[in-house]
Amino acid sequence: MHFKETAQVVRQDYISTDVYSIWLQTNKVAAEAKAGQFVSLYCKDGSRLLPRPISICQIDKEKNRICLVYRVAGGGTKEFSRMHAGDTVEIMGPLGNGFTIKDRSAMLIAGGIGIPPMVELAKQLHGQGCNVIAVAGYRNREVFLDKELEKYAHVVIATEDGSVGVKGNVMDAIEEQGLKAEEIYACGPMPMLRAIKEFALREGIEAQLSMEEKMACGIGACLACVCQSTDVDEHTNVHNKRVCKDGPVFFANEIEL
Amino acid sequence: MANTVYVWMIGCYRRNKEGKVNMNTTVNLAGVELKNPVMTASGTFGSGSEYSEFMDLNQLGAVVTKGVANIPWQGNAAPRIAETSCGMLNAVGLQNPGVDLFVKRDIPFLRKFDTKIIVNVCGKSVKDYCEVVERLADQPVDMLEINVSCPNVKEGGIAFGQDPKALENITKEVKSKAKQPVIMKLSPNVTDITVMAKAAEAGGADVLSLINTLTGMQIDINRQCFAIANQTGGLSGPAIKPVAVRMVYQAANAVSLPIIGMGGIASAEDAMEFILAGASAVAVGTANFYNPMATVEVARGIEDYMQRHKVDNIQNLIGIVK
Repeated sequence: MHFKETAQVVRQDYISTDVYSIWLQTNKVAAEAKAGQFVSLYCKDGSRLLPRPISICQIDKEKNRICLVYRVAGGGTKEFSRMHAGDTVEIMGPLGNGFTIKDRSAMLIAGGIGIPPMVELAKQLHGQGCNVIAVAGYRNREVFLDKELEKYAHVVIATEDGSVGVKGNVMDAIEEQGLKAEEIYACGPMPMLRAIKEFALREGIEAQLSMEEKMACGIGACLACVCQSTDVDEHTNVHNKRVCKDGPVFFANEIEL
Repeated sequence: MANTVYVWMIGCYRRNKEGKVNMNTTVNLAGVELKNPVMTASGTFGSGSEYSEFMDLNQLGAVVTKGVANIPWQGNAAPRIAETSCGMLNAVGLQNPGVDLFVKRDIPFLRKFDTKIIVNVCGKSVKDYCEVVERLADQPVDMLEINVSCPNVKEGGIAFGQDPKALENITKEVKSKAKQPVIMKLSPNVTDITVMAKAAEAGGADVLSLINTLTGMQIDINRQCFAIANQTGGLSGPAIKPVAVRMVYQAANAVSLPIIGMGGIASAEDAMEFILAGASAVAVGTANFYNPMATVEVARGIEDYMQRHKVDNIQNLIGIVK
């Protein structure tokens, strides 16, 4: 089920350069939400028509709240960053499929603004008693969500400039530390996902990759946000899957990167 | 005879329990009666299944499907869209599952609802279009909308929509094969829309729909590249509404065919501009993306407008601004 509703801001914090964490009080969205799903946020500025898809970072089912962590990338996210406790925002969600939680040891690999969905995932995997490693890649010493991840996972940090953790990217960190797991969950920029897919294939590990694409409707109707599929997709009848509806999480062997 | 009935209808409105005038919102397009003048704009609504979770398809005059071709089309590379001020650019490239799967899956889905089905047809050659039209001949489809105006596919599409001779010819060819009334969807990317409207009329079109999107471009100044992979895309949304209203007005005054008006309609007020300018029906497109209830809200809002202006029949509003 998807819901379009008015959510209320519980709190918003500036957690890194251009990165904000916002807790929203929802009516029905939190109750239905799964790790790896996203919500669409609508701007109040009427000249910005399209909703902004933002991944869910944490879910509080008891209080019916969700936490979103996003980077200010343009006018729409700038508008969200100015919201304060008590303000309201139109949202639609939960959207997309989310991660398939497997009952086995997990390696969560994420870079930059791909890190947020890993927090809820780590929480749930940890809750099930899975051994969780989280490899998080950042540009520099401005790391975020590392403390949240540490509650549920063994965290390995990589920074491009080497200021924190391993110098290099997430793959460098995995190789340097010889990290292994039975299931990979990943979210981040395309070159990172390509490297992870290759690594997973080589090591014979199943990998779930969360994709990002420009979206319009967010519910699978407009066919704006497609990615290439390995086989002919059942719905589209061509080699395209809809990131918003069939994804954003795909098994690595389902898609061409 | 039809005129007599029509005149009689105007006189016979009744008042309901709340003392409100019972309004007649039905419109007749080439013999197909729609319960109200509101439909979806092709390509913004799929075949309705995704939106049916948010709104009641029974409340629409018609659902216009996303364009369907004789065979499945892969469409363009991503990114396929970019937001613009009060609008958006898209270059989906008419990705579609092909007419066979469409007939098997999408038509039966739409048949479950009390709304008319208008299938948008796309192709790369006259033969492609005719194949789809023939395939749909025995299907429970109410009308066909021929997309000769997509700016996002290299061959076909727009090639027919910018040349009056080619437009007249394809209209004739399609009409000779079609078992349902034919709507020709016109491109705004022309110097004089009346020339194109007359060409479609000369070819035997039953209805015209306009406008399709306006060709545009956006540059990503951070990445220093085109914002969408296709380089150019079709501009839609409230930004294009004044252009669309102007073209609907011009076309309505140039031909005697009924017109379905579209281009940036997001509210009943927007829809009324088109109707007053000469549109017999309206389609809601881009607004669906940011308001899944937009079509239903427009339909209800038109009734409210009629109530406020004490007009009992929508016919009495079509094209009255001269």
